[in-house]
Amino acid sequence: MRFMLLMIPGGYAEAAPGTMPEAAAVAEMMRYNEALGKAGVLLALDGLHPPSMGARVTFAGGKPAITDGPFGEAKEVVGGYWMIQVRSREEALEWAARCPAGEHDTIEVRQVMEFSDFPADVKAAAGTLPDLLAPAAERPNA
Amino acid sequence: MSENVAGRAIDAVWRIESPRLIAGLTRLTRDVGVAEDLAQDALVAALEQWPASGVPANPGAWLMAIAKRRAIDRFRREELGERKRDEFGRAELARSEAAPGFEVSLDDDVGDDLLRLVFIACHPVLSRPARVALTLRLIGGLTTAEIARAYLASEATIAQRIVRAKRTLCEARVPFEMPQGADRAGRLASVLEVLYLIFNEGYCATAGDEWLRPSLCEDALRMGRIVATLMPSEAEVHGLVALLEIQASRTQARLGPNGEPVLLLDQDRSRWNHLLIRRGFEALDRAERLGGTLGPYALQAAIAACHARARIAEDTDWARIAALYDALLEVMPSPIVALNRAVAVGFAYGPPAGLEAVEELRFEKSLEGHYLLASVRGDLLARLGRGAEAAFEFRRAAAATANLREQTLLLDRAKAAGDVDFAARRSTRA
Repeated sequence: MRFMLLMIPGGYAEAAPGTMPEAAAVAEMMRYNEALGKAGVLLALDGLHPPSMGARVTFAGGKPAITDGPFGEAKEVVGGYWMIQVRSREEALEWAARCPAGEHDTIEVRQVMEFSDFPADVKAAAGTLPDLLAPAAERPNA
Repeated sequence: MSENVAGRAIDAVWRIESPRLIAGLTRLTRDVGVAEDLAQDALVAALEQWPASGVPANPGAWLMAIAKRRAIDRFRREELGERKRDEFGRAELARSEAAPGFEVSLDDDVGDDLLRLVFIACHPVLSRPARVALTLRLIGGLTTAEIARAYLASEATIAQRIVRAKRTLCEARVPFEMPQGADRAGRLASVLEVLYLIFNEGYCATAGDEWLRPSLCEDALRMGRIVATLMPSEAEVHGLVALLEIQASRTQARLGPNGEPVLLLDQDRSRWNHLLIRRGFEALDRAERLGGTLGPYALQAAIAACHARARIAEDTDWARIAALYDALLEVMPSPIVALNRAVAVGFAYGPPAGLEAVEELRFEKSLEGHYLLASVRGDLLARLGRGAEAAFEFRRAAAATANLREQTLLLDRAKAAGDVDFAARRSTRA
């Protein structure tokens, strides 16, 4: 089963554009990432620029509206994620607990929905959706 | 282990820590069985203490410290001089006691130790089922109960198998070292084979009415990734990982709504896991960049990659696949590979060419009565519009397989082929 560990760094909601983690923190985090990799559980990971460089699209009244960041009302914003493949929820939690996170950080652990989790009617509806994923064929020399 | 929440949390710690722990302890004690006992003892201590004290900051180091203390007690109890173990283990223990920062040095060596443990678990002195069970236990960190569930066996059977395997290793005095020289290639092949067997048991279950046991596939993949990080310059390890990642990417598309198998060319490709496909491509890329002739796993991965690259089944580069099967036949001559090559030839150069390739296998002893031969002939005949002959072959194939779901699939195809033929004959008459 796959889980996404969502890193919610304390104070990231108000971080200035271009804010980067400190080198020491990065080095420590790299050791953690390496441990995940060596254990064969890490599928993917990414870090996200702060919300002050992003934007939100909302749909009040059914119409999309764009608001540039930062977003005053948001207290917790995602700063990055790990996608891991483990045998149990407990194992995902155990890995999250080992993250060298700061004392104001939060990691939200969420299981990834698999197609086989869907009930029959949802499967049928999913089957009618066109394939919108980027084809893997576009990758060179693969 | 227990089914409650705390128990499952301990299982999780065991899964993460036990392979490294047992590897380090095997170096000290020179006995996998003793090492596992010590690791278990440490885990029991954790079970007792952690609920009250909380999980320590470095659970691995905590467990190792406890296990080491138990090892020393044990050596003392058993009177060192009489032990069959060599001086090395004790000297090592004494040194580790004296030297501060032992945990650090252990950490540095742990990769090598883990790799040695992988090679021991897959040692040819053991039977294949024993290698599989021991590998899942020692490297995968699965409990005996989990292995038993995965293989639809009783817990007693698996426990017995693991105990015997450890005894065999001990009696054969299998050394805790990396295989060298002429031995090395064969030993590595055994490691890769064990991982592939585990994956296949999950991917195409040989028993029971379920066709897929995804957690077993994930276990094999996880161990493959571990071995790949431990042997980064071994092309075939990356080849195997590439093959497993790409095959695993199809898991969610291989079962229809009622649990029936869906064949590769009929699968909804939007359901393939593109993250795993990309990882597979990257692993294959690493295998190819290491140079040399591609081995059997890398070649199979390259074939799987051809399918993964095709957005729809009609886009498949069958000529390349046929050429890759030619190369695969060179390194791994087998009637089944030849049969797969015939399928590719049939798609690349037309059903008559495919049928011709199949005919060449007609007198192949090992394919006699094999459902795949009949199924492939049926498919080519159906595409040539020879429905009645096709239906006959599909029925023959259905009679030759023990997997119920596969049987149903083949009988459906027989019916479809027969109907097409019937319809075709009616329309010529009309």
